[in-house]
Amino acid sequence: MHPMIMFSKINKWYGEYQALTDITAEVQPGEVVVLCGPSGSGKSTLIRTVNRLEDIQGGQILFDGQDVHGTDAQINRLRSRVGFVFQSFNLFPHLSVLENITLAPSKIRSLKGAAAKQKAMELLDRVGLAHKAGAYPAQLSGGQQQRVAIARALAMEPPVMLFDEPTSALDPEMVGEVLSVMKGLAKDGMTMMCVTHEMNFAREVADTIWFMDAGQILEKSKPSSFFMQPSHPRAQRFIADLRAH
Amino acid sequence: MKQDFDLAAILQGEYAELIVKGIEMTLQLALFAWLLAMVLALTLVTVRLTGNKLVDRLVAGYVSYHRNVPTLVQLMLWYFGVPTLLNESTQLWLANHNTEYLFSVIALGLCQAAYFCEDIRSGLRAIPAGQTEASRALGLGYVRSMRYVILPQGVRNCLPSLINHTVLLFKNTSLAMAIGVMELTYATREVENYTFRTFESYLVATVFYLVFSLLLMGVGALLARHFSKAMAR
Amino acid sequence: MLDIVSIVQQNWALFLIGQYPHGPLGGLASTLILAALALLLAFPFGLLLALARVSPWKGLRLLATVWVYVLRGIPLLMVIFWTYFLVPLLIGHNITGFMTMLCTLVIYQSAYLCEIIRGGIQALPAGQYEASRALGLGYVRTTVWVILPQALYNALPSLISQFISIIKETSLGYVINVQEVTFAANQVNNQLLTKPFQVFFILAIIYYLLCFGLTHLAGWVERRIARKRLGDGGQAVSSDPLLATDN
Repeated sequence: MHPMIMFSKINKWYGEYQALTDITAEVQPGEVVVLCGPSGSGKSTLIRTVNRLEDIQGGQILFDGQDVHGTDAQINRLRSRVGFVFQSFNLFPHLSVLENITLAPSKIRSLKGAAAKQKAMELLDRVGLAHKAGAYPAQLSGGQQQRVAIARALAMEPPVMLFDEPTSALDPEMVGEVLSVMKGLAKDGMTMMCVTHEMNFAREVADTIWFMDAGQILEKSKPSSFFMQPSHPRAQRFIADLRAH
Repeated sequence: MKQDFDLAAILQGEYAELIVKGIEMTLQLALFAWLLAMVLALTLVTVRLTGNKLVDRLVAGYVSYHRNVPTLVQLMLWYFGVPTLLNESTQLWLANHNTEYLFSVIALGLCQAAYFCEDIRSGLRAIPAGQTEASRALGLGYVRSMRYVILPQGVRNCLPSLINHTVLLFKNTSLAMAIGVMELTYATREVENYTFRTFESYLVATVFYLVFSLLLMGVGALLARHFSKAMAR
Repeated sequence: MLDIVSIVQQNWALFLIGQYPHGPLGGLASTLILAALALLLAFPFGLLLALARVSPWKGLRLLATVWVYVLRGIPLLMVIFWTYFLVPLLIGHNITGFMTMLCTLVIYQSAYLCEIIRGGIQALPAGQYEASRALGLGYVRTTVWVILPQALYNALPSLISQFISIIKETSLGYVINVQEVTFAANQVNNQLLTKPFQVFFILAIIYYLLCFGLTHLAGWVERRIARKRLGDGGQAVSSDPLLATDN
């Protein structure tokens, strides 16, 4: 079994500023990886290179054996196999909840009509929002919108789901409902990469924690050892700061 | 009528003179109309700031009229209509003193004043209320607050609109040809009539208008950058 | 000022429909038809130009940008004269004043509509484009199904404002003898000769009522859109003074 995602010496610059330095890592099928670290450490940037929302200047990223940043990479096909959930949900405001979910499958997989609707309703049911199928994003709360966004990403049946700070823009009381959907996905064996500040979630669900700072992965360890005894001094400081709050 | 392209044919002698005179007239018209518009606009804005309800309505009506009636029609109303309202001796004086030019300046100036007035007003309104409060709280009086805090920000806000409307004013000078003012478009038609070189004469005029418009927009961009630096947000 | 009332009473037909049926349709009817046709035909051009200006292809972007800057830099009157001169050359025979004016307005307005639509597209949050691409929808599908529906809806108030500008621009048809309402007013004036102020005042009022009414419509649409959209991250493209032609 080859790794689902493989990063080989990834380097990325924004002009003069180096955002990612020599990142080498792997995500196995079924693995849940949580990326954590201080702001500006490059966590979001790294996750966004997987589906090429960000470019890289050096190194190679393989998704299911395919080079993501190669010149002949079929980027649309690739992206339809990588589910991405944004911090700001990014639901399409001019479409209903149901239409948001069926848009990509109907255009890309030609799944239309009753079959499309049924699939979408199943997904909405899974995230607990079947009763909101006809509503529009503006009528939903933040937590509800994010759950719809997750359903929308799942509609393409991707083998991998990427989460970019999915609960950071939510009011505290809505964080739980989104995290429980994500926990459900992890339990069902989904391969996940998740950038988050929710440390309890990480402790409960992650198989591996990647600690990042200043564009580098400083430590990769199991949650138990990471939170009890991080090896890298920077990570130790991070955990200490967390405890202090 | 297929002729060889011959720019030189129109860029010499009396034709060149006509064109140059046309350009002069265009620039003069634009300048005086602009000055009139600016002065009037500043007056209107100041007057509106007094808060008097009636005055506010009047100025709003003024702006509304000039923005909803085509500039050409405003020009016609002034040139064809207004003289008949004046008494005999004034009409006679006007007839001997370049009525077309005078009314063009007035019509264009009054029309653009409406746009400038709204631009300045929007620019001032975009300044957060906290700015006045903060400067007054520091002890700066009305005049100093205006001079050092409010107006600099206001100018920066309304600069893009003012520049765009200035370019508009410049382009509108061409309308004056409809009442016989010998500005560039009129001159171009004259040259075309004499030489039958339509393409070349139109090209010269087009290039001039384009270059000058781009110049105005360029100056505007420079000014905007200067003011942005001065603000150093 | 009783003159005004009597002039309207005697000449309302001329103002409204020109010399029809004893001549081509003119007057206010002609003005409105001309303006509506110009907007309808210029819109697809404006849309294509806007897409060209935001496209990832440098050459296309450059061409579209040049087109827009040139048309915004020269007076409408010059464009009228160019069209009057070039179109018969290109298609081999003369065209009516109405058609000339229509072509002119379509060409001229394509630049302004382009800027309005482009503004609408660029005012959308980047997340919309990213979310659609992240789902695997390509550039074309993203533009058609996600970007344009939102951008055009948000740009509605500006589009109405542009229609008002077009109505005012039709008045320039007078210079090439197009039978619209300004031309009709001049005809009335040439008949009466002694009441030019009243006649042109009536003309001004006609335009004022028409444009003022439409301005209110645009304001109403803008407020409705602002209420609907601002809640979920989009922005209403308000009637931007930078973009109006206002001749």
